[in-house]
Amino acid sequence: MRKTLFESLTHGVLTEPAPAPDEAGLAELAQSLNRAARARLGRSLSIRQVDAGSCNGCELEIHALSNAFYDLERLGLRFVASPRHADVLMVTGPVTKNMREALLRTYNATPDPKWVIAVGVCAVDGGLFAGSYAVAGGVQDVVPVDLHIRGCPPSPTELLKGLIALLRQTSAKTSAR
Amino acid sequence: MSPLDNIPYLEKVKAHRPWPRAIVGDDGWRQAIEYLATGRCTLLGLWGDTVNVHMALLGERFDGIIVLSYACTNGHYPSVGARHPPAIRLERAIRDLFGLDAVGAPDTRTWLDRGFWDVRHPLGKSGPAQKPAPYIFLPAEGEGLHQIPVGPVHASIIEPGHFRFTANGEHVVRLEQRLGYVHKGIESLMVGATLDDAAKLAGRTSGDSTVAYAYAFALAAETALRIEAPPRAVYLRALMAELERLANHFGDIGAICNDASFAIMHAQTSILRERTLRAADAGFGHRLMMDVTVPGGVARDIAADGIAEIKALLAEARHVFPRLVELYDNTASLQDRTVTTGIVKPDYVRQWGAGGYVGRASGRSFDARRHIGYAPYDRLDFEVPVREDGDVNARVWIRIREVEQSLKLIDQMLAGLPAGDLRTAVKPSGEICEGLGITEAFRGDVLVWLRLGGNGRVERCHLRDASWFQWPLLETAIEGNIVADFPICNKSFNCSYSGHDL
Repeated sequence: MRKTLFESLTHGVLTEPAPAPDEAGLAELAQSLNRAARARLGRSLSIRQVDAGSCNGCELEIHALSNAFYDLERLGLRFVASPRHADVLMVTGPVTKNMREALLRTYNATPDPKWVIAVGVCAVDGGLFAGSYAVAGGVQDVVPVDLHIRGCPPSPTELLKGLIALLRQTSAKTSAR
Repeated sequence: MSPLDNIPYLEKVKAHRPWPRAIVGDDGWRQAIEYLATGRCTLLGLWGDTVNVHMALLGERFDGIIVLSYACTNGHYPSVGARHPPAIRLERAIRDLFGLDAVGAPDTRTWLDRGFWDVRHPLGKSGPAQKPAPYIFLPAEGEGLHQIPVGPVHASIIEPGHFRFTANGEHVVRLEQRLGYVHKGIESLMVGATLDDAAKLAGRTSGDSTVAYAYAFALAAETALRIEAPPRAVYLRALMAELERLANHFGDIGAICNDASFAIMHAQTSILRERTLRAADAGFGHRLMMDVTVPGGVARDIAADGIAEIKALLAEARHVFPRLVELYDNTASLQDRTVTTGIVKPDYVRQWGAGGYVGRASGRSFDARRHIGYAPYDRLDFEVPVREDGDVNARVWIRIREVEQSLKLIDQMLAGLPAGDLRTAVKPSGEICEGLGITEAFRGDVLVWLRLGGNGRVERCHLRDASWFQWPLLETAIEGNIVADFPICNKSFNCSYSGHDL
């Protein structure tokens, strides 16, 4: 343990500079945020992740956000265990018909103001799984979506770009409208 | 003994490769059930196909595989689950998807169909949906029992599923799982798909095993079409499979320790996992290496700087990992949580044919890389670690030993990487052909059974995750443990939801 701790002190910081916000994401968000919400939330967001039918690929990369390289919490973003504690729902997957109700209930359990981020190409419109008898569609077919982060799966850097765009918007002093 | 010996059959199917498939009648089907029930062979899979059911069997000493097919009359077939419990959930899934009924089945509740689809029996004789009967969980009787329902949406970043605990105070008396939430209808999307589209779907059955699935799918397609991937592709696929195993094992070892609140291990192994994914990205242009393995070979070559990155990863892992292993081994408070927790009985592992670290931590040595010996593993030097203790600790140690073996395998693959082509041309054979592919994913063996039409399109594809034979053992492992130890037990299994629900 001593060796590991000592080396952690000496090898320098692994955490990399945060990427610039995603421009397309900023534009999408500018439409969905209002001034009151920004004032209330400041620069901190609690995120509740919901797998609504994903293959688990997106979850792996969302997990990676917490490792030493991306260190999500330095940005004021953290994952929480309950939708009751969340500002943001981060939803992955095509929404399966079997998960539709659970997603709706999670959405309804999240207090306002809230944002929904749809992660992965499947979350846009069902992706490869669109058209299946078991798939309800993309996330926006079930709950309103404020931001899409595409990719199969999006890399942690792409996820960070989207999240930073959301943070910028929620903490902006002036209205973008 | 080969499982086929002494099983009476009506006819052998010519176009099925590489193992035989035989059509059996009542007597053959019942003989197979008898063999399963008496432990003379292991169930590798049981799946529907319009009005037929197929079962894949593995010999007692992992010596030989056969697929048996039974043509249902009036949608009925003799239940395998009635005498061999590992088949029960598979039969429930077959009924939901195909409308085929296992006669004498001990459990006739639905498994995947929760009443939200517009169709009933989507892969068989489909019809309009019907309102399902209320789902009744299995009873647990006794004084002072209470139930704890958990899920489908869980408290951390994991897949959805429902766990129904019945507990007496802290102690779990019964756990019953209810899965199917992420059922996407993959097998129905496969029907009529081109090989390339189907390979993409196979690679998204369970994202953490995308390489293993694409690999098994490619093997099934190639063996059906009687083609072989070029030697360089054979090595590159296995290289990707070992990188995938490393990434998952690093992640799991840390995550298990994290569930015992030992965060430093999680932080350290997460660094190794990230470095593995970055090396994979440098080598193959995708962190999870999705869509690189394709029928016929690989879609792209390894990048020159990717080889350097992978060598750097090996050096780093060899420098850091032994220290982490020592840390795990010398931390009494951590061992206190993992040793004797969540024991899986060796008898269950044999009966269920549980693969991966779940099986190998409880004395079942099966590893598809060794016992099926698909190329290039048949010419590489590696050991298959096995333990007998079967607890969370044993499943951690199996992963640790497998990390060491994967490092050794990657060394050999880089050293022996053949030059040459990347992909053999894939052409429709002009006739119906069938193939079975099995690969060893990080959590156990993945089986893909494929029938291609003369036009080269998929007629039927079945994908069976190792989790089918591991999830039920988690129910047995938690019995008598405390509720608070469920997360660590669950993580030590790390079963797939998406791979199971399909």
